[in-house]
This record gives sequence, C-alpha cells and structure tokens, in this order.
Amino acid sequence: MEILLCISHVPDTTAKISFVEDGKVYNKEGVQFIVGPNEELALTRAIDIKEAQGGKITALTVGGAEVEPTLRKALAMGADEAIRVNAEPTDAYNVASQIAEVVKNGNYDIIMTGRESIDYNGGQVGEMVAEFLNIPSISGVNNLDIEGNKAIMQREIDGGYEKIECDFPLLLSGQKGIAFEPKIPAMRGIMMARRKPLNVVEPVAADNATEVLVHTLPEAKGACTMIDAGNEAELIRLLHEEAKVI
Amino acid sequence: MSVLVYTENWDGKFKKLSFELVSYASAIAKELGKEVSVLSIGDVAEDELKKLSEYGASKILTIQSEAYNNFASDTYAKAIAEVAQNENAEVLIFANNITTRAVAPRVTIKLNAGYVSGCVAVPESISPFVVKKKAYSGKAFANVQINRDIKILSLNQNAFGIVENTTDATIENIDIAAETSRAKIVEVKKNTGKMSVLDAEILVSGGRGLKSAEGFKPLEEMAEIFGPVATVACTKPVADLEWRPHSEHVGQTGKVVAPNLYMAVGISGAIQHLAGITSSKIIVAINTDNDAPIFEAADYGIIGDAKEVVPNINAALKSFKENA
Repeated sequence: MEILLCISHVPDTTAKISFVEDGKVYNKEGVQFIVGPNEELALTRAIDIKEAQGGKITALTVGGAEVEPTLRKALAMGADEAIRVNAEPTDAYNVASQIAEVVKNGNYDIIMTGRESIDYNGGQVGEMVAEFLNIPSISGVNNLDIEGNKAIMQREIDGGYEKIECDFPLLLSGQKGIAFEPKIPAMRGIMMARRKPLNVVEPVAADNATEVLVHTLPEAKGACTMIDAGNEAELIRLLHEEAKVI
Repeated sequence: MSVLVYTENWDGKFKKLSFELVSYASAIAKELGKEVSVLSIGDVAEDELKKLSEYGASKILTIQSEAYNNFASDTYAKAIAEVAQNENAEVLIFANNITTRAVAPRVTIKLNAGYVSGCVAVPESISPFVVKKKAYSGKAFANVQINRDIKILSLNQNAFGIVENTTDATIENIDIAAETSRAKIVEVKKNTGKMSVLDAEILVSGGRGLKSAEGFKPLEEMAEIFGPVATVACTKPVADLEWRPHSEHVGQTGKVVAPNLYMAVGISGAIQHLAGITSSKIIVAINTDNDAPIFEAADYGIIGDAKEVVPNINAALKSFKENA
C-alpha cells in the first residue's frame, strides 16, 4: 500500500505573528517551523498502519529549500521517502496542481492531508487535488483503519459521526482522533532520516487563483476588567449592562 | 447572474447559520446588482424553505431526490456546480464548517473559480474582488484577491449575523442526476439533543483547573441557568483525559467557536486553546493564577478558586434571571 502524505511547513503554534513588506509577507525572523499539527497526526496514524500491515509512505510538500528540515522531520517520524516540489506555496489552487502532478507520476493508494494548515486555515488543497484526479475525498477523518484495499474511516458530523468505507484510490484529510498524540522521532529515526531519499521536482506551470494582498493584526484587546471573588453579582451586572450578552 | 448560497439542513430544518449565509449573500448581491438564489439538498418542507426568503433569497432551489440521502463530497460537488452553471452564478456562498468545507474546494475546481474560506466580512472591494479572511489560526487577517470570474466564499459562523429582508421568492423543485461516489456511508450515529458548541451563543468552558469530571457539574448548572442557548465546552487536555467528550473540545485541533459569551473556567489560556476562541464577542476568565495568559485575552476576570466562584456566579445568575 502506498501512501502520499502531504504536509505543510508552518510556523510553530506559539510563534509570534508579524508581517513585513507592508504587511504582505509573513515575518519568518526567529520563527521555528514545524510539520502542521493536523498532518502530523495523519502521518502518525499512517506510520502505525504501515508498521502493522506493511506499505510505503512518501511525505510531500511544496516549498523552497528552507522547508527541507520539515520534510526530514517527517522522515524521522517514519516516512520512507520525501518529495519537495520546488515552488512557493502561495495559492491553494497552485499547490493542488503541483500535488496532482506528483500523484499522476506515482502509484499512490491513499493521499492524506491534514484537515487544514495552521497558517491560512483553508482546508482546501486536499479536496482540490481529489477533484483534479477525480477520486473521492473524505474530509475531517478522525478514525482510520485499512482492510485490504479499502479505507474504513470515521468523520465527525454535527452531534455524532459517520462511518465511511472507500476503496483505493482516495484522498482523506485527517484531524485529531485519527491519532491523538504525534509520534516523537527517536534518535535512530532522526539519524536514518538523513539517509532516506528526498527528491526535488520542478513545478508544472499553474497560475494563482487567489493572491494575498496584505495582512492585518486583530485590534488589541483592552485591559481585562477584574472583579473580586465574592462580588460575582458585579460580573453579572457588567455582562448585562455593559457587555450586553445576557 | 446571481449569488448562489448553498445551505445544509439538519433533519429537514435550517439553523441560524443558514439565514446568516443568505443575509451575507444579500449584502453582496446588493453591491453587485444581482439576486440571491439558495440551493438546498435534502428532504426539506416548503414552509421551512420559505424561511430563506425572509433574509433576501428570491429563488429557492431544492433537490429532494433520495439519491442524495448519503453525503459524499464528490456527489454533492457535482450537483452544486451544475446548479451554479445553470443559474449563471458569479458568486457562491458556503458556510465554513466541516461538511461544506469538504465540498466547496471541489466545486471550485469544477467551475475554475477562486475560493477563499474563513471570510469575516463582505468584500472589501468588488473590482478587484478582495475579501478579508481569518488567518494564522485567528492571530491575523488576510485580504485576499480572487483572480477568477467566479468567486467562492465560505463565511465563518457569527461573522456577519442575520439581517431580515423579506423578499418575494419562488421555490423550485429541481432534478440533478446524482453521480454516485465510491465513498459509502455505512453507519451514522447521532447523539440526540445536545447542541453543538458551534451553535451555542454562550459557552461555559472548563480546563484542567477543574481537577476532575465532577468539577464540571457546576459548569453544567451554569449552562442550564443561562438557558437553551448555552452549552458546555472544554480544552484539549480535558477531552484527552476523557472528563468531557471530544465534541466539546475547543481549540486549534478541536473546534473554532464564535459565541457571544465564552466563560473560561480553570483554563490557563494556551495559544492552541486561544486559537479556538478569539472570535468570541466577550470572554470571562476565572482562574487562581493571576499570571495565566487567559487574562490577556479576556474582557472580564475573577482571580479565585472555581469551587467557590462558580457557585457564586450561578447564584447571582439565577437571581438575575428570576428578576429579569
């Protein structure tokens, strides 16, 4: 079974967010980059399945050379090889076009992504890839088992869940529940990662359907109004008269 | 030429979210000089469909065929794209939630459109078409330009609100051949009764500071006193410890909520949790630690032990409700 695991190279969750070039570009200065948390969980599950049932996992990302350490992290966790498409991931349509091309040149049974990347929270790329390839996509998967050439998945819905079966090939986007804690690479994994193949491919021509013009920061919150413990009635009064939420 | 809204239904009924999408579409349609059409797929009765016209819809299209009973993103995307083409829709509006996020990107490719998800307002400009969306898990906004003739937007719940705009509307039952998917739903489990944290106007949320599952009882009471618009939520560690169900987990890898009021009890305010609550109108924090980062995100705060403070709040709240 061949799995293509699409990861995003994103700022660490606790990173300060600021922008340069008049707000157009994210300020990477001093920022630690990581494998996106949703993809990390999807990869963790993929590795467990591979170890139990056999198979091969290819980690993929679209980005410049600076994203390679993040791909090596995926290899250290347990992916077998990695592919970097040498292009800036500025637009979901463009990124999806690149990934679709990689899939066409491969023989993958399952393509996995995270439910969304934590930088732009789009949740689009995987589903666009599936549409390009005319294969089913199952989004927000929080449970995954493989039986033969079939994926058995669970997806959260309002007030419950759906259990879905789909034979290969398919695309799924994973979220918390597909695994609960990400695999931490062991020393051995980190060392082996250096020797696993990381192939760079050039992008295909694709335009950008969207363009980020500028970023802004949310308005700073005013100071928190503190109320003494014992004076809770005052909180209720403020919520009613001032905040007007009750 | 129209603005087309796609709305889900929940057991044949619409939610406030559906009316918010129509309200949003109406505001955009007004700027474009166009009409609002709405597409609903599923078994929804005529008097329920008519409600959409109270928010500006002038054409309501309903697909009632049983072939769509089981959701599959490729099946639904095909139908929505076909309707969009038949209606000459220039702008499509979806909700930014689990189900419609599964479909909108596929529709985007079918229509060769440009798609922005997580919108927080009507477009900043029409020509060029620029819309503002949430980015960096709520820590920033991005103004995004769409460079395609057809624009697809998904709106964050509670970002726009509902605006009444009663309109004369036609309701049309339409048939679109369903493309079956290889993805098959084999089981559906629904927990009856409980409102989703996404729909609550008031969330009473607890963290590890509550020490145990029992620690949540006073929070459940608070939600009861607030009324049917309120429900309980929790942080990731609480869900992982199984004190509360995963469906209540609010945060970066859980749900992103936008209630009017978010009560954060015994929650320190880790960045991953804040990512789930920054769109709350008002945040109240109750914590023993006055250095807890939650106080930087909160509008009101009480330093104290939840064991004493929460019952006091409940008593004061009860008294307020009784005298209101």
